[in-house]
Amino acid sequence: MVEHYKPQKYKAWELTLEERFQEYFPPLSEREAVTEANRCLFCHDAPCMTACPTHIDIPTFIKKIATGNVKGSARTILESNLLGATCARVCPVEELCEGACVLAHDHKPIMIGRLQRYATDYASERKIRYFEPGPANGFRVAVVGAGPAGLSCAGELAKRGFDVTCFEKKPLAGGLDTYGIVVFREPVEVSLAEVKMVEELGVKVKTNHAVGADVKFEDLIAEYDAVFLGVGLGAVPDLDIPGEELSGVVDGLEFIEQTKIKPLHTIEFGKRVCVVGAGNTAIDCVTIARRLGAERAMIVYRRSEAEMPCYHFEYEFALKEGVSFMFLTQPVEVVGKDGKVEGLRCVRMDLGGPDASGRRVPIPIPDSEFILHCDMVIKAIGQKKHHGVLEKLAEFGVKNSKGYILVDPATNRTDHPKIFAGGDCVRIRGEASTVMAVQDGKIAARAIYEQLVGSGAARKAESAASKRK
Amino acid sequence: MANLEIDFCGIKSPNPFWLASAPPTNSGYQVQKAFEQGWGGAVWKTIGAPVLNVCNRYGTIDYKGSKIVGLNNVELISDRPVEVNLKEIREVKRNFPGHAVIVSVMVESKKEAWQEIVKRIEDTGADGLELNFGCPHGMSERGMGSAMGQVPEYTCMVTEWVMDVAKTPVVVKLTPNVTDIVQPARAAINGRASALSLINTINSIMGVDLDNFQIIPDVGGKGGHGGYAGPAVKPIALHLLSAVASDAEVRRSGVPISGIGGIETWRDALEFILLGATSVQVCTAVMHWGFRIVEDMIDGLSNWMDDKGFKSVKELVGKSVPRISSFGDFDLGFQTVARIDHDKCIQCNLCYIACNDAAHQCIDLKDLKLTGENQERPWPVVREEDCVGCDLCSKVCPIDDCITMVEVETGRPHVTWNELTRQKPEILDWDKMEQYRKQANIKIH
Repeated sequence: MVEHYKPQKYKAWELTLEERFQEYFPPLSEREAVTEANRCLFCHDAPCMTACPTHIDIPTFIKKIATGNVKGSARTILESNLLGATCARVCPVEELCEGACVLAHDHKPIMIGRLQRYATDYASERKIRYFEPGPANGFRVAVVGAGPAGLSCAGELAKRGFDVTCFEKKPLAGGLDTYGIVVFREPVEVSLAEVKMVEELGVKVKTNHAVGADVKFEDLIAEYDAVFLGVGLGAVPDLDIPGEELSGVVDGLEFIEQTKIKPLHTIEFGKRVCVVGAGNTAIDCVTIARRLGAERAMIVYRRSEAEMPCYHFEYEFALKEGVSFMFLTQPVEVVGKDGKVEGLRCVRMDLGGPDASGRRVPIPIPDSEFILHCDMVIKAIGQKKHHGVLEKLAEFGVKNSKGYILVDPATNRTDHPKIFAGGDCVRIRGEASTVMAVQDGKIAARAIYEQLVGSGAARKAESAASKRK
Repeated sequence: MANLEIDFCGIKSPNPFWLASAPPTNSGYQVQKAFEQGWGGAVWKTIGAPVLNVCNRYGTIDYKGSKIVGLNNVELISDRPVEVNLKEIREVKRNFPGHAVIVSVMVESKKEAWQEIVKRIEDTGADGLELNFGCPHGMSERGMGSAMGQVPEYTCMVTEWVMDVAKTPVVVKLTPNVTDIVQPARAAINGRASALSLINTINSIMGVDLDNFQIIPDVGGKGGHGGYAGPAVKPIALHLLSAVASDAEVRRSGVPISGIGGIETWRDALEFILLGATSVQVCTAVMHWGFRIVEDMIDGLSNWMDDKGFKSVKELVGKSVPRISSFGDFDLGFQTVARIDHDKCIQCNLCYIACNDAAHQCIDLKDLKLTGENQERPWPVVREEDCVGCDLCSKVCPIDDCITMVEVETGRPHVTWNELTRQKPEILDWDKMEQYRKQANIKIH
């Protein structure tokens, strides 16, 4: 208890490995939560609520914490966002709700994310069940991929009485929430509890079921009344440089995944680690490497600080963790000996004029090559598209643009009337991807409901629901 | 889910949350909007005598960063024509037949005037009337409002006039600006009132502007007392409610009470209900945040009832009233002492200084050599044998559950003052009192 009242001091050398992988932010104590909740102005037409992609009624859930109705607070959150516990931890709140807080002008904004975590933790610790499956409407929906988009869609459909089966190729459901978010940001249990909540709504989650291999896509289209695709993206692409096959070159997402499912002491890591890329996944990899015990962990990025795709708070976090940043540095070869990584040959870069995306183009400086000595290279330069899936979808008339499935933003419907999609597989910009995925799932669920059950019936059911309230 | 419906002397309401007669119930637009957002009932802003308002109308107390801990006002009753109000009341009742619409009323002290307006109000289909015998400013100077409520004979007389013609339930709203609120409460019941509501606002001066010596609120260079409301008045309202609710005559009459005074959350509302209110009325909190606060009031009360296993609000009304007791009936043998949890203590030592300067000097500062930081600072330690159990230290402690009051058995007799003075009337003499203390093992440190 007493720790809550003391400033957090992170001294890696004083902590055990397990302690270093506890959630970075401690939970708020009741007093902290109530004090912070009472600071909320309870704005009318609050900008935080508009800034939230799932439009959680933030002032209301905060007010409920202030009045001691924490049970009701969590309901307010989960009614708009079934994955509220994950979003409380992983959302870039500085860019969304907290960034929009009116107090941000001349005070500190309200700690909306931490308060959301307080309320959803309260509900989950007490195993409060808020939602029941709706009366069966006779329609069956297949959801491909049990990540945040798929779970959100499946849960919202189950609340409306659909018979939903979710196919997930991995052994655990939850997608990147389970496998891809650094454990000191979100423990795996939080994501698995959300999976359980969706299962309790009657959704059948079939893990180890890869669509294409274990289940045929054609069969899904034939057997189900609608199909929602939340397949995300694939593995990290190759760097396309010599030496990539050396032992010690690893996929960033796989590296993060190990910390989520394996005992920490069994994870292999280098003493000197180079992470290639400067997105949020790269930051996760490099900070994990530090916390595992790497003596030196570096970000190697071909552009400069200004072009980094990671959030600013992630950058600051990495700096605090003692990470070094090698900007304007392009890897050209992984060098090694006896099949093992010994270094990363890089070339120094300069910035030219802006490219199509508006970012300045990096240009190699001649004769500037040098070697960064390291024994591990982690690739974190984005994710590959699922080209196999895209080709299969094309047979059904589903179009894509540069590998992203094209959907109508109002309904998340593809060009095929029965096929809907959401999450990272439709989103060209990867920011705030979890909360955007949750909203995609909600939009698709509503559209599927209106398409199959009918908009008249939809209105009737909603008015009945509001009366029940 | 718990059933929040109430029956208030025949007036049905989907929940116990009503808007008090005040600016939020000034118009049909407002009351309908409130009902749409969940309010179970509304007491229409008082209609009756013609008035002219002034400005500024409000003064507030902000306390250490919290806005509107207290609010006072010099606004008068409705300044909209009676006819307009009645038309809107009729519309609201037609649109919301299941909600409680009660009309607050105040006219000059003439039987004909009261009886005429009662009939006109009842003609709208409103569920009941509330007689405003409480307004402490503007109207009282004209012989209305609290001028009525402060004289039990007037309260009884006007209530009777109304009851002679009223067909719907009549609530009498009491003023707190009296010495003993039970007297006007009984007077209203003698006048055959169907129900009581309390409290109206409390006489107050909000402050003085130190730059220009002006009274707050400043009405064009002058100022005066206004009606005080908001969270700050809640303990006063709870006391007056409990005084009325536990009065034998009031209890015998069986009239329900509508509780008013600083209610902001479902927890506040619940306290009023436990102390005898069947419905509660809210004004200041709505003036601060709008009608939407009712959503949490309903949700919070309902969740609390579900968690505690209560099925209906009725089970809760007055549940704590039997615990209201007089000092003479308290247990003199009940002894608590303060325990400080040094794992939680942050060594602010406010408990020490409070005990030392303002209580009974039974906390010492000691070098305990406890592990942890701040080794150089001393720790507060209670001398339990001297602790009188006053509880001041835990009240000033900034850390939750750091200082707890623990009941201890002293071997002293569990006897009340009333019992003791009946058995040993001689102890009212200091010498005999000293003898009794020795015998009963009561040490005064």
